[in-house]
Amino acid sequence: MDVGQMQRRLLDYTKSLFMEKGVLDGQFLQLQQLQDESNPDFVVEVVSLFFEDSERLLNDLTRALDQPNVDFKTVDSHVHQWKGSSSSIGASRVKNGCIAFRNFCEEQNIEACLRCLQQVKQEYYLVKNKLETLFRMEQQIVAAGGSIPVLELSF
Amino acid sequence: MGMAAAETQPQFHVLAVDDSVIDRKLIEKLLKTSSYQVTAVDSGSKALEFLGLLNEEEEINSEFASFSPHHHDIEVNLIITDYCMPGMTGYDLLRKIKKSASLKDIPVVIMSSENVPSRINRCLEEGAEEFFLKPVQLSDVSKLKPHLMKGKSKENINGEINNNKRKGMEEISSPDRTRTRYNNTNGLEVI
Repeated sequence: MDVGQMQRRLLDYTKSLFMEKGVLDGQFLQLQQLQDESNPDFVVEVVSLFFEDSERLLNDLTRALDQPNVDFKTVDSHVHQWKGSSSSIGASRVKNGCIAFRNFCEEQNIEACLRCLQQVKQEYYLVKNKLETLFRMEQQIVAAGGSIPVLELSF
Repeated sequence: MGMAAAETQPQFHVLAVDDSVIDRKLIEKLLKTSSYQVTAVDSGSKALEFLGLLNEEEEINSEFASFSPHHHDIEVNLIITDYCMPGMTGYDLLRKIKKSASLKDIPVVIMSSENVPSRINRCLEEGAEEFFLKPVQLSDVSKLKPHLMKGKSKENINGEINNNKRKGMEEISSPDRTRTRYNNTNGLEVI
């Protein structure tokens, strides 16, 4: 594959992440727009922080919901954090999952919370997978001497 | 990216406070992109420490001890803080700053992921200049300039603005995501 083909493939793949029921929203584009020569790895760095943070929150939530007497305030606090971080990077499906999750925390509905946890976990792994693929494709282009094309999208 | 050698405009220094490492990185980038100098801390107490609002004993042991113990040597032109933080909330921090004789004139901006009108009003009434809804955008950061200019006017030799008097502030039109305190000499009117 030549660089041009790789770049087109990257653009198509990126677009697919935003489309209806896509895993990313406009906030991710904001991150890409902030990246510049002074900080060429900004997006990867922020997303890596998101991955680390998410793994930690996933562990904390699993543990918190596994307690004999579930402390819903603690659960809610973790979900609130996850909602915030996913919103900040544009991981819209993770964010929306967290919003639903918080409603069930308020209701103190343990069964629904456990279901939400599974849901958010799946959404998280999905967006993680997609972003890792995206970054891999970018790396391949750079390794082949090409530049990362900028996606023009209007929201 | 480089600064023109002839540029003499002093850089504004913004103190950003957020317990989320992701949001700290984001706000730092937004501010740096807008050519501000940034210090980012993860709690209200660290913010107060940085601002020199600790008692002397704590200052000696603090990680900022290498800075001058007198906060006057560290100039902060604006504080932007998250609302929801464990321990000291952004609102608590705002109140402490406004109660401090030395810090009360530093403009404070609050950020929050939640759009709660009572929360927003409470912060504006307590003296916050702006309220930004997260995730913060570059367009939000561009709204900081007037507040920074007002704060800096203290040092402006030619300035006619007496920063001890609140002058009428041009109403900044904002979309639903931010709220600005409209200032007139009769008091505060919350938009």
